[in-house]
Formats: sequence, C-alpha cells, structure tokens
Amino acid sequence: MATTTGALALPRRYEGGVLKWLGTTNHKNIGILYLTTAFVFFLVGGIEALLIRVQLGAPDNTLLSPETYNQIFTMHGTTMIFLFAMPILVGFGNFAVPLMIGARDMAFPRLNALSYWLFLFGGLLLYSSFLLGGAPNAGWFAYAPLTGTQFSPSHGMDFWALGIILTGLGSTAGAINFIVTILNMRAPGMTLLKMPLFVWQMLVTTFLILFAIPSLTVDAILLFLERNFGAPFYVASQGGDPLLWQHLFWFFGHPEVYILILPAFGIISEVIPVFARKPIFGYGAIVLSGIAIGFLGFTVWAHHMFAVGLSPIADAVFSLDSVIIAVPTSIKIFNWIATLWGGKINVKAPLLFAIGFIAMFIVGGLSGVSLAMVPVDFQVEDSYYVVAHLHYVLFGGTVFAIFAGFFYWFPKMTGRLLSEKLGRLQFWTMLVGFNLTFFPMHLLGLMGMPRRVYTYDAGQGWTLPNLIETVGAFIIAIAIGIFLHNFFASLRKGQPAGDDPWDAQTLEWATSSPPPAYNFAVIPVVHSRRPLWDQKYPAQAGGEPAPAAQTPTLPEGERPAIHLPGGSLNPVLLAFGLLLAAYGLIYTPWLIAAGIVIVFAGIIRWVLERR
Amino acid sequence: MVKYLKVFSILVYVALLAGCAGGPAVLSPASPGAGQIHKLTSLVFWIALAVFLVVEGLLIYAAVRFSRRTEDSMPKQTRGNRRLEIGWTLAPAIVLVVVFAVSLRTLRLVAYQPSATTAAGNVIHVRVVGHQWWWEFDYPDLNIVTADDMHVPAGAVVDLQVESADVIHSYWVPQLGGKIDAIPGHTNQTWFQATQAGTFQGQCAEFCGVEHAKMRLEVIVEPADQFQAWVAQEQAPIPTLTGVAAQGQQAFLGGACVGCHTINGTQAQGKVGPNLTHFASRKMFAGATLDNTPENLARWLANPQAVKPGNKMPDLNLTDTQISELVAFLESLK
Repeated sequence: MATTTGALALPRRYEGGVLKWLGTTNHKNIGILYLTTAFVFFLVGGIEALLIRVQLGAPDNTLLSPETYNQIFTMHGTTMIFLFAMPILVGFGNFAVPLMIGARDMAFPRLNALSYWLFLFGGLLLYSSFLLGGAPNAGWFAYAPLTGTQFSPSHGMDFWALGIILTGLGSTAGAINFIVTILNMRAPGMTLLKMPLFVWQMLVTTFLILFAIPSLTVDAILLFLERNFGAPFYVASQGGDPLLWQHLFWFFGHPEVYILILPAFGIISEVIPVFARKPIFGYGAIVLSGIAIGFLGFTVWAHHMFAVGLSPIADAVFSLDSVIIAVPTSIKIFNWIATLWGGKINVKAPLLFAIGFIAMFIVGGLSGVSLAMVPVDFQVEDSYYVVAHLHYVLFGGTVFAIFAGFFYWFPKMTGRLLSEKLGRLQFWTMLVGFNLTFFPMHLLGLMGMPRRVYTYDAGQGWTLPNLIETVGAFIIAIAIGIFLHNFFASLRKGQPAGDDPWDAQTLEWATSSPPPAYNFAVIPVVHSRRPLWDQKYPAQAGGEPAPAAQTPTLPEGERPAIHLPGGSLNPVLLAFGLLLAAYGLIYTPWLIAAGIVIVFAGIIRWVLERR
Repeated sequence: MVKYLKVFSILVYVALLAGCAGGPAVLSPASPGAGQIHKLTSLVFWIALAVFLVVEGLLIYAAVRFSRRTEDSMPKQTRGNRRLEIGWTLAPAIVLVVVFAVSLRTLRLVAYQPSATTAAGNVIHVRVVGHQWWWEFDYPDLNIVTADDMHVPAGAVVDLQVESADVIHSYWVPQLGGKIDAIPGHTNQTWFQATQAGTFQGQCAEFCGVEHAKMRLEVIVEPADQFQAWVAQEQAPIPTLTGVAAQGQQAFLGGACVGCHTINGTQAQGKVGPNLTHFASRKMFAGATLDNTPENLARWLANPQAVKPGNKMPDLNLTDTQISELVAFLESLK
C-alpha cells in the first residue's frame, strides 16, 4: 500500500490508534516503540534494584526470602541487559540512523517491526514467569549445572531460555537490517568515512550482535534441550561439562558488553562536537578504535573465567588481550577531551550527561584494567568489586549516554525541548546517587563480600557500606523521578524546539521536528562529514570548496512522489505465533502447533503482501 | 563540582577503610601468596589513581575552561593532531604492558605448582568439597573428614584439591589467597602457605543456589603442637557416653540422621550431610554461619528450614525431649 501523506502510510482502516502502532513499519515509530518499551523495563529493573538494596541495607534482613531475592537479582540483570540497554540503544539507532545517512527508512521495514515485537513478546514471556511458578533464579548468566532440572526444577529457567531465544531472534534480525541499511542506503556522496560516528558505532555493534547473539541463542537451545529432553551437554555425570556453558556463554557475553557500550560511545561522539561547536577530534581514530574494540572483543571472553582452573598460560593470553583492549578505549576518551579542548562549549543537559559519561567511564575502565590482571582477579572475581566495575561502565557509562541521547534527540522526536533546569537537577542528583551507590562496592569486594548474596552477617563488617549504597540507590530513584516528570511535562508543554535547536552538524537536524514520514523531500547529496554544519557555516568548511548538502524544500502544497512502505500486521502476527509456540514448549504441544500455524500464516501473508 | 564529588567519594572510601578493624581482607594478607597479590593490587591502584587524576582533571578542566561565556561562538575547527594521537596511543600501551608484565610475574608466583608443594617439607593435603551449602574438608593422609572449620599448622604448605558434589561453588579465603572454583566433574588444585596464625574467614564465591549467601568457612592456622592435638582428637574414636548423651546417641542412631550423616565407628555412614564425628570440636556449623552453642544447635534441630530456608536438612519434627538428648549427644562428641 504505497501512499504518500504527512502521516504514516497505512491503508485507511489502519490509521490511528492501536492498529497504527501494531502495524507500523516506519523506523521513527519503531524507534519510539523501542525507546518507550525499554524505558518501562528500565523502571521495572530499577524497582528490582531497589528491592535488592533494601534487602541488603541491613544485615540478616528478612524482607525478601532467599528464593525471592534470587529471582529478583536474576530478573534485574536479565531485564537491564536484554530488555533495557540493548533495545533502547537499538531504539536510538532506529530513529536516528536512517535520518543521519539521508535515507527514508531501514532496508527491511517489516523485519524492523518484527524485531521490536520479538523484543516485547520475549520480555512479556520472561515476566509472565512470576505468575507461572516463579521467575528464573539462577542469575542472568545462568551457569550450569545449577540451571539443570536437578537443581532448578521449576519452569523458571525454561522461561529464561525461551525469552532469551525470542529476544535474540529479534536482535539478530535487527542486526542484519542495520548492516544492510548502513552499507547500502547512505545518501549519495556519503562514503563510509563521511558517516556520522553514531552510525559507525552502530555498524560495528550490529556486526557484534550478528556474531555473538547466535552463540547465546545456541546456548539457550542446548539448555532447553538438556532440561526437557535429557540432553547431556552441561552435566558432568552424563559426560557433559559445565564449563562448556561458560565458554559458549562468555563468547557471547563479552562482545555483549561492547554491544552495550559502543552505541553509547556513538552518542557521545555526536553530542560532544555539537556542544563544543567543533568537529570530533580524530574522526579516523574513533572509527578505527571502534572496529578494533569490536574485533578484540571476541578474543577476551575467558577473562570471566580466570578462577575456573584454566592453565596459567590460557589465563595469561586472555589477560593480555583484555589489557590490549584498553588502548583503543582510552584513545576515544582522549579524543573526546581534545574535542572539548579549545571549543566554545554550550553547557546544556546533553553535554552534562556526556561529560558525566566520560568521567564515570574512566573509573569503570580503570577498574576493568585491574580486573584484567589475573592475580587481582583471583581475589576480586565474583565479589562486589566486579559489581562496582560493571555498574560504572553500564550505568555511569551506558545509562548516562542514554540520557545524553534522550536530551539530545527528544526535540527531534517530539518537536519540544525537555526542561533544561530539570535536566540539570536530574544530572547532579543522579551523579551523586550513582557514586554513593556504587563506589563503596569496590571496597566491599576487597572486604570479601561475594556477589549474589541475599544477606550477610552483622559481624562481617559490611553493614555501613551497604547502608550507604542503599541510600544512594534511592537518590538515583529520585533522579529518575525527576526525569519522568520532565518527560511528561515537556511532552505536553515543553518549549517548541524548531528543526535545529542545538545548531548541530548532521542530517537529522535538517528535517522538521518531528520529521515527516518520508524524512527528506529530496534525498540530500553529501560532501562532508558535517553536511548540515558546512551548509550553515560555509566559511568554516575548512577549505573544501564543494557545495554543501542540499536539503531543498518543495513549493507549498506540492507533494513529492515518494514510495513509502505501508504498514503491515504480519510482523506482530509472526512474533505472536512464536510467542505461542514458546508457551507451548513449556506447557503443551497443542500450543506449539497453534503457534507454528500462525507463524506460517504470517510468513505466507508477508511474502504475498503487496508493497 | 564534579571534582569535589570525586574527592568526596575518595574520602568516603578512606573513611570506610579506616573504619574496619585491620583493613579489608584482600588488603590484609596472611600468606605469601596473598601478599604477592596485595603488592600487585597496590601497584595497579596507585597507577590507576594517577591516571584517574590526570585524565579526569583534563576532562573537568576542559569542560570548565572552554565553556562558552559570550555569544561569540565559533572556535577553531581543529580536526586532529597526528603526533598527539600517536602519543596518547603509545603512552597507555607502554604503561599497560609494564603492569601486565608485573602481573605475569605475580601469576607465576601464586599459581599452583605440584613440584613446589611436594618439595616443601611440611605439607598438609586437604580435599575441599563444595556442597550445597557447606564445605567439607577431607584430610586423606590423616584420615580426618570434617566440615566448616579447616585446621592447618602454622608454617605448613597447604595443598588443596577442590571439588564439588553438586553445582559450581568457589573456594575463597581472601586473606590466604585468590579463589578457585569447585566444578562438578573437575578437580582444581590450589595452595597457600600458612605463615601467620589466626582464624581466617572464607565464603563461597560462585552463586550456587538458594543459600549461597550462607556457605562460609573458617581456616584456623594454629601452632604445630595445637594442630597435632587437634589431629589426635579428630582421629580418636568417639567417647563412651552415659546419661542424656547416651540417650541422644540412641535417638541419633535409631533415627533419620543416619541417612545423611556419618559418625565414625557407628552404623551412621550417611554421606549427604557433614561428618559429625567430632562435632563438638567445631567452632561453627551450618555452613559456618552459626556459632556452635547448645542454644544454636537446639534451634537448628527444632527446624533447620526456619534457620536456613531451602537447605538440604528437612524438618524432622523432633520433640523437645529428642532435641535436648541430641544436643547433649552432639556436644559431647569432642
């Protein structure tokens, strides 16, 4: 159904309301779906974190039983990684990448929608476990043999495996979509080395997803086969090996953390130049270091396994690779500082969060380097020191970058600015709360407190740091509350943003806020890395005499002849069929059959659909 | 502002550090191996602190110094500086390689070497077995099987063979050295030299199920003569008992206890739970989470599930009489 209007191009009967959203294939709408859904999961994961912190706020606390606590921390990790951080970064990618490369949409719009629905349904499947016999309780990393039916008899781990498989399918499909889009649909003149850095980091990230997520999907399938069909992969007594799980899992798990940080690097690499009002310092180094991190990220997985009894030589090799990865990472940090250096910095909320990101990521990076040293890791592995490290890079890093992205792109998505005052209040509150919560954890690890413990003894000396951390967690909660207030208030009556409120540099700011469904009336021709900036400030174009990007507008009332993909309900249908089949795998073959029928119906309708 | 927060955080750290008696376990080594790791940790810490102060300082300086103060808003559009970029690629690489080399040396010093332990004059071999949720200690050369407390003589090299009876656990006594996982189907080897007398706390460091938080142990390093006395005590048969204790012995041997527990020289040969032969000589029980007192033991026997929910010992619905008999029995097994 090809129609061209300012609104989403759906057959009339789909316009508006729930059906519009169920059938959307527009990258901006899908991006918004990802962002809002992932943010809801962030709030849920945050509540789980608060429960953990209240339970640990006092020794021998009885707020949560050990079984409940173990489900809560398992779901906290699983939610934050698979249902918040990955999808929200993909959400930014979905919204911004086609705009930044001058395209009208992703290469495969329906596949894009399918990725979203698989994410949502995978998340709902996971959370339904709370009502269906108990949530998964063996940690987000689900080490065998604890995850086998002998030690985890309830269905919790089956929900975990199937939820991971569903969301993983969505991620893999999304990765293919991004790679094809970025490699094939850039505007004329935009060579790879003229792409915005956010697009570069998304490209590397989606290659990581393409190679890492299938490893996790296979692990989860093997686990499901072991639990339900007696397959012997991870059980020693049947000839299997628990370490097989760890190798397969961390082969995914380490690239996963780069999947979580590279898009954040990309957001920071967009925000800092715009607010410093100069180009990124060392564009080429940022590109190369991103590729290096992506590649090296696959060679370090066993640094999560230093204590399992690998030979010292194996330990040393993985240690060396882990140390080497610190080099491209530190290059980026210096490049960002050098970008700020000599700038005329416009200190607004996106920039505050970006600076906070760099400041916190430096701490997380340093603790990461300490963990790469095997003997140090022998002591602090699986202790609160690691919890400190991972939260400095994932919260101090990724979450701060996500808020930088929110404050940066919210005007483009909605046409209104978020409140600057509330943004600053949130930033400082979050910074204080975050450091209070996670800095003492370095100390707790050195004091011998292991991870994943539901309580501790008053005599162990861990009480005061834990109490401070609990207070800090509630300060973070206040900061999030400030953001929510800011978000809803600004949606309704925020200051109108205009097309380019930040005087930015890349193509998405050359459209209206929000952009029309077709993004650009005429696809721009690109001649530089900062097409919009060079168009606005030709004198600053640094001696490049070529004409800057063209984003002409058409005469009033005239409609461009643009073919846009119409909406389609087949993605949500197909995802729903897979969801039914997943429940069927736990409960009854009838549901598997029903699910498969719906999946096939969806595929056939998809193939025959007239575009 | 951010810099002040960083300083504040560091002060909090130092305050907490000063607040704990003797400092954090990892930084209070009681063995040469733990000492080597402590030295490396300190080196890494000081270098990291220096890097932190420099880089964080540059960041904050840049953010403050170059903030736009007027509406004049076009800075020099610098794109890069080849020499600077090469410099800040090489400098971290060199620092990292140096620290890595030091870490390799430390790794060689702390890694398990079978030749080193057999060559040492005074070696104690212990088989450490992780169970959900307690630690078993088996001294094959001494014919001793016990739980929760590991006694070793001061000065000895302790050679540990670490195994698991069920899921993955991790043996960790931070003051004595790094950790090693206990993995079903694998045997891992580690060691430490007990140069300092004292009692050192340990805890399972790999999530192993519902009561992972309560799977602790103590290593008791004592002078050689005390250790020999302990060995003799553990190797001795159980005493002949009279009175309430003897009634308790009857209750034990005639009840469900024998299905899970061993008492050497009796028909109680269960291997599921800890060996209780010299239970009264232990400082702690229940995964080293409870002090070994008659009150605690009575509470445990009355309902183990209330004390450590999910643990493998069921509630046996014992009467008060049975409980006091069993307590008398177990507390006389010195």
